Amino acid sequence: MPNFIMSYLDPNVKLTPGSAGSQFWALIYVLIIFVGVSLTVMWLLNWVERKALAHFQVRLGPMRVGPHGLLQPFADALKLMLKEDIIPSEADQFVFWVAPLIGLFASFTVYTVIPFGPSQAVSDMNIGILFMLGVSSLGVLGIVVAGWASNSHYPLIGALRSSAQMVSYEVAMGLAVVSAVLMTSLNATGTGTLSMIGIVQAQQQQGVWFIFKFFPLGLIAFVIFAIAMVAETNRAPFDLAEAESELTAGYHTEYSGLRWSLFMLAEYAAMMAVSSIAVTLWLGGWMRPFPNLLHAPAWEFVFSLFPGLTFLGVAAITFVGVARMPSQSFFKIQRIGLAVFAALLGFIALLLLVIAVAGRSADMSVAARFREGIDYVYWFLLKVAVFIYLFIWYRATWPRYRFDQLMKIGWKVMLPISLGVLIVTAIVGVIVS
Amino acid sequence: MNPAMNSALNSGMAPVATPWFFYVLAVVAVASGVAVITRRNAVHAALALIVALLAVAGLYLMLYAPFVAGVQIIVYAGGIMVLFLFVIMLVNIERSTKERRFNRMWPVGLAAACALLALFVSAIVKGKALFSDRGMPLPEASNTQQIATLLYGEAGRMGQYTFAFEIASLLLLVAILGAVIMTKKKI
Amino acid sequence: MAEITTLHYLVVAAALFVLGVIGVLTRRNVVIVLMSIELILNAVNLNLVAFSRMWGNLHGQLFAIFIVVDAAAEAAAGLGILIAFFRNKETVNVDEIDLLKW
Repeated sequence: MPNFIMSYLDPNVKLTPGSAGSQFWALIYVLIIFVGVSLTVMWLLNWVERKALAHFQVRLGPMRVGPHGLLQPFADALKLMLKEDIIPSEADQFVFWVAPLIGLFASFTVYTVIPFGPSQAVSDMNIGILFMLGVSSLGVLGIVVAGWASNSHYPLIGALRSSAQMVSYEVAMGLAVVSAVLMTSLNATGTGTLSMIGIVQAQQQQGVWFIFKFFPLGLIAFVIFAIAMVAETNRAPFDLAEAESELTAGYHTEYSGLRWSLFMLAEYAAMMAVSSIAVTLWLGGWMRPFPNLLHAPAWEFVFSLFPGLTFLGVAAITFVGVARMPSQSFFKIQRIGLAVFAALLGFIALLLLVIAVAGRSADMSVAARFREGIDYVYWFLLKVAVFIYLFIWYRATWPRYRFDQLMKIGWKVMLPISLGVLIVTAIVGVIVS
Repeated sequence: MNPAMNSALNSGMAPVATPWFFYVLAVVAVASGVAVITRRNAVHAALALIVALLAVAGLYLMLYAPFVAGVQIIVYAGGIMVLFLFVIMLVNIERSTKERRFNRMWPVGLAAACALLALFVSAIVKGKALFSDRGMPLPEASNTQQIATLLYGEAGRMGQYTFAFEIASLLLLVAILGAVIMTKKKI
Repeated sequence: MAEITTLHYLVVAAALFVLGVIGVLTRRNVVIVLMSIELILNAVNLNLVAFSRMWGNLHGQLFAIFIVVDAAAEAAAGLGILIAFFRNKETVNVDEIDLLKW
């Protein structure tokens, strides 16, 4: 095997492909992330959102297309791809075409610095968090340009409102991020770090997730970021700019078919990206819960069983769904399909349990390295999944803010509180060290 | 896929990119610059300027200046250009796209710019010996920390640029106040 | 391919500077004139960062950061003036902004 492939697989290399200078593996990671994020967004997030919203509203949601609507997102994607591509006659053709791509580019570029593990990132940039903030502020440009290019009133107003909202909440977001980065400098050398992997490792060294540090300062900063990130991605309750009852879908009114699905893809990818930032900065990234309190090897083994047990639980629920299918002949195919899906989930659960048991010692064997990698990715994705569920919960539960209320909160409430938290965190940090 | 790249497994001193990156970024920056000054439509010119700014940010990364690249993307491409696009939308009148692009004195302007270019070329050619690579590479891993030391100073001492930093924030405050007051409908 | 030296960056910066100067001197639309000024500032920044790399210290990069801050302030003020003027005269051409001419 060529050297440039094998040199990265050496067990002593604990760097990301970007730091190790391995372009081949960086490309592989990028492809995995791109395909993984797209599939997750299109299939999992879409289905979970529709089903969860439906259950919140005491109805069933999609049930027909696959067993329990599992293939509904594919039907949606197919429909959107086959729709007629309408471009308004007076619209600027080139800009109309380029606008969704800007948003997509901004949302997906953020994934190059998200750390799924201590070396499971595409590149551990020295300025990781700065890069993320900058690239997500490029997403605003896509929306502004989309609204202008449609050459119509509602998109223009929607785009201006949406970008004003995003720019306002970016300020509060940035200040909350700064107060978290400030906490990374409370170590022996007194130097903090902006790199995402460095921030999680700082939490590891200080033995506390930053959400619990200097209680309640970390918590307030986290809450500010959690609210600002909902506003940043134009999700409920801050979705005035794209709400159907207010502005006939705002900046993506004139976009149909595949272009609209690109906007939705960008929005969901941005949701996952800002959730990943929140998880990395405050919730300990890839660390399992209670790493210091319960650090005996037995506890390590118990926590490493969690990925397998999660899939086992989901497979069990699916089997229950198979058993509860109505027994008419129409549902026979759905029953078989759901049983196959449950079997697949059970197989994955079995595989993960085997890896967890085989790699239970902390040495350099292949099984142990696999187990470690899977554990890191699992805990990270679990925390991100909690955030995504919160996003969907907010959308189902709360009415949306009026635009002036939205701007008032962004500037008059969030900005002073985040500034206050930053100053108090700095003062406490200086006093403590 | 250069084998020499993989030997840079130390942290922070890995070579940033091959010369191809420089040529691509330089061509993109200059081509976008040409597009900025020649487009009839102001929004197209703004988009071209965004591409030029991102290309220059890439060049900063090649020059071992990741913090300046980050500041460029956040402030310039993500802030100033959004401001420009807002203003273009506010003042966009249809007749401006059908009028003359260049003013009546454009030959004089072009001649002056060519004279400036000749001056630059002569300065670069004559001073070629001065611009050699001194071979003092900047460590990329601690770039932010060193900039912070210069800006804010070490424990108990002021950095070299602390005073300038405070003045710059005052300047921003004055500019924001000025912009708000100038554009208010009723003062 | 030759090794990329400071000279290469200076050439790119000079090209961007001259393009910005052409834009300022020849375009009629005020917004595009302001954008050409941003091009000029970027060329200067590139120059500074290239020299900072050549000398091996960070003063050039720091100056570049201050110039970015300055450019933000100047863009805000310039666009504010433009909007205030546009309210009165409904034009964005430099040729027609000649109230002080006699």
